[in-house]
Amino acid sequence: MKADPRGVLTGVHFMDGDHACCEGALAAGSRFASGYPITPSTEVVERFASRVPTVGGTFIQMEDELAASITLQGAVWGGAKAFTVTSGPGFSLMMEHIGYAAMTETPCVFVDVQRGGPSTGLPTLPAQADMMQARWGSHGDYEIIALCPNSPQECFDLTVKAFNLAEEFRVPVMFMMDEVVGHMTEKVVIPPADQIEVVPRRHTRKPVADYLPYETNGDMVPEIAHAGEGYKFHITGLTHDERGYPNMTPQIQDKLVRRLQNKILQAADRIAMFEEEQLEGADVVVVSYGITSRVAQRAIEAARKQGLRVGKLRLITAWPFPDKKIRELAANVKAFVVPELNLGQMVREVERSAAGQAKTFAVSHAGGGVHNPEDILKVIVEASRCRTA
Amino acid sequence: MAKGRVSIVVERCKACGFCVEFCPTHVLALSSAFNSKGYHPPHVVHPEKCSGCDLCGMYCPDFAICATKVAPAGGGDK
Amino acid sequence: MPDSLNTDILDPVVNPVEPFLRSDRMPHIWCPGCGIGTTVNSFARALIESKIDLQSLALVSGIGCTGRVAGYVKLDSFHTTHGRAIPFATGLKLANPKLNVIVYSGDGDLSAIGGNHLIHAARRNIDLKVICVNNLIYAMTGGQTAPTTPDHSTTSTNPYGVFEPSFNLPHLVEAAGAVYVARWTTFHVRQLTRSIAEAFQKKGFSFIEVISPCPTLYQRRNKLGDGLDAMKYYKEKSKIRHGTPTSEAGLTMTGEIIVGKFVDRDRPDYQTMMRTQYAESLGERFVEQPEMVCS
Repeated sequence: MKADPRGVLTGVHFMDGDHACCEGALAAGSRFASGYPITPSTEVVERFASRVPTVGGTFIQMEDELAASITLQGAVWGGAKAFTVTSGPGFSLMMEHIGYAAMTETPCVFVDVQRGGPSTGLPTLPAQADMMQARWGSHGDYEIIALCPNSPQECFDLTVKAFNLAEEFRVPVMFMMDEVVGHMTEKVVIPPADQIEVVPRRHTRKPVADYLPYETNGDMVPEIAHAGEGYKFHITGLTHDERGYPNMTPQIQDKLVRRLQNKILQAADRIAMFEEEQLEGADVVVVSYGITSRVAQRAIEAARKQGLRVGKLRLITAWPFPDKKIRELAANVKAFVVPELNLGQMVREVERSAAGQAKTFAVSHAGGGVHNPEDILKVIVEASRCRTA
Repeated sequence: MAKGRVSIVVERCKACGFCVEFCPTHVLALSSAFNSKGYHPPHVVHPEKCSGCDLCGMYCPDFAICATKVAPAGGGDK
Repeated sequence: MPDSLNTDILDPVVNPVEPFLRSDRMPHIWCPGCGIGTTVNSFARALIESKIDLQSLALVSGIGCTGRVAGYVKLDSFHTTHGRAIPFATGLKLANPKLNVIVYSGDGDLSAIGGNHLIHAARRNIDLKVICVNNLIYAMTGGQTAPTTPDHSTTSTNPYGVFEPSFNLPHLVEAAGAVYVARWTTFHVRQLTRSIAEAFQKKGFSFIEVISPCPTLYQRRNKLGDGLDAMKYYKEKSKIRHGTPTSEAGLTMTGEIIVGKFVDRDRPDYQTMMRTQYAESLGERFVEQPEMVCS
């Protein structure tokens, strides 16, 4: 389905990542956002508050993130494509409702413009230390999809993608920006609406008598109905069966949470997006995401100038983690170098997937700024010299 | 002739006693019989006194009882 | 010899509220003598009386014994997270203004963890009908103190007696901005039905508190008898006083219960104010929200 032109600000713009993210949401068809101010994310909803009454939709600033993170879900069940926007402390508050969205299979987008933490941390400075939280932050077993843009252009393009994935898999999607990407101003090209692919809501066409809210076929994703259409369905965060009724037995629990997991994991290859460069014949592969990938590029080029065989793997999808890709590479390379604006998060996943077949080197930075390319280069050189595992 | 008639869904009853207490004409009493959960549901002891007011139905927390008005004997149009 | 139960056992379809119930889930989990079922009974009768279009209804509840109401009514119903029924309901209503959105939840859910959302929704005058079943306790989790538990009551977290003052909910929501505030008990089945039907006619934030027995925890721990004893207490000690200033409507463990309609006023609801403001500021640039249809 093509995007609704009323929400698409076609043209060549000079805008920052936060603003581009808002435009991506509008282009994707979102007409509802609930938010709460938190630096460095606030501009996303400020722009939405300004744009949406001229496009046709609603923005409401709620009294806290606990409310914002569930108001958007009510809007989804009322028929809207909806999202919210936050940063570290707000992301922590939203965790219960991210779990609720995963459990009830509510398609929606949570934008986290990451900043220094923990706690109040560094409100105006970058970090990438919420990556594990994006995956594991809520209690219980569930899967999410997480995307990492590294430019304002990607903040536009990938927000559209985030909404599309949310609708396709009926899952909350974590849009993991960082303060630099959010506040960096660059050229953003917004194409005409008929060049933007948008996934519609997987609304049931079944008659009321035949519809069960959580009945699935092969792809494990149920069809949705909205309130007010006569389906008289029941939705609960309790463990439930296909009728949506609470059914709290180990058998139903097993069936439900495995399906919630498998609907994502079994499509992991389809969901995975990366940027690859010179992986063939590489000794060292630098795995990075977000703003760090742009700094890493400098280090990679410097290393290549020194004659080192360095490949690049930029994670665009951070979750589900591309186990398969890392495993395949691990069989052929000496080492992975993983620079991150945190003390070691995604590097653990790389190490796990490499399963000892290649060495893994972290380049940690506690946040508050971006890496010095020399620090990444140093580790690339060290990694190149290491003996094969 | 009773103006109303009570119907009881025995298996839903939890013997709270609201219907017995609040029936204005004391039609009901808790029986000594059991339902499958072990509760004593009410039974009608004075059917002739039932007016079909349905207060029992309004009070019941378990949707286990209600009363309907009965057409007067000799039927006929109004 | 035990009585036989040969009295008329008619088809449950005869019960006027049956079409509103998920019969396949009966009997429900509420305790014998719990008043929540009675409130649902009154609620269903209000739906019948007000002739409201059932398709337009959405019911949202939180967590707790009253929270389970959503699972037993045959409407589009949402059992959400603890304290957050009101913001969820707000999202539903804003996305589809044609919906009649009911929030049906308990005193702990709405006034403790949900307190912030309660006062903001009242302030904003979001068009929601809130039915707050107040059993003066956190029942589902085993009888802990709630903000509404009366002074000197015994609970599992105040084993030596509650010493905190309790909330006067009508007063709280009136101060926050609610346009319709009433209190009844589960004894007042007819008046409750009428209040709920009235709230359906009202645009804005309506709040109906229903005092209800919790026989298993509140009644038992405080040696107040069972559910029926509570109902008799409500009958004896309630005083219907419409228009009572809400500041005078506080509750104690065994004292007078002031019931009635306390507040019925008019002010524009959130969506009306929003549209008015946008139309004024944006003029022709304002685009009304279309019906949210996603496919």
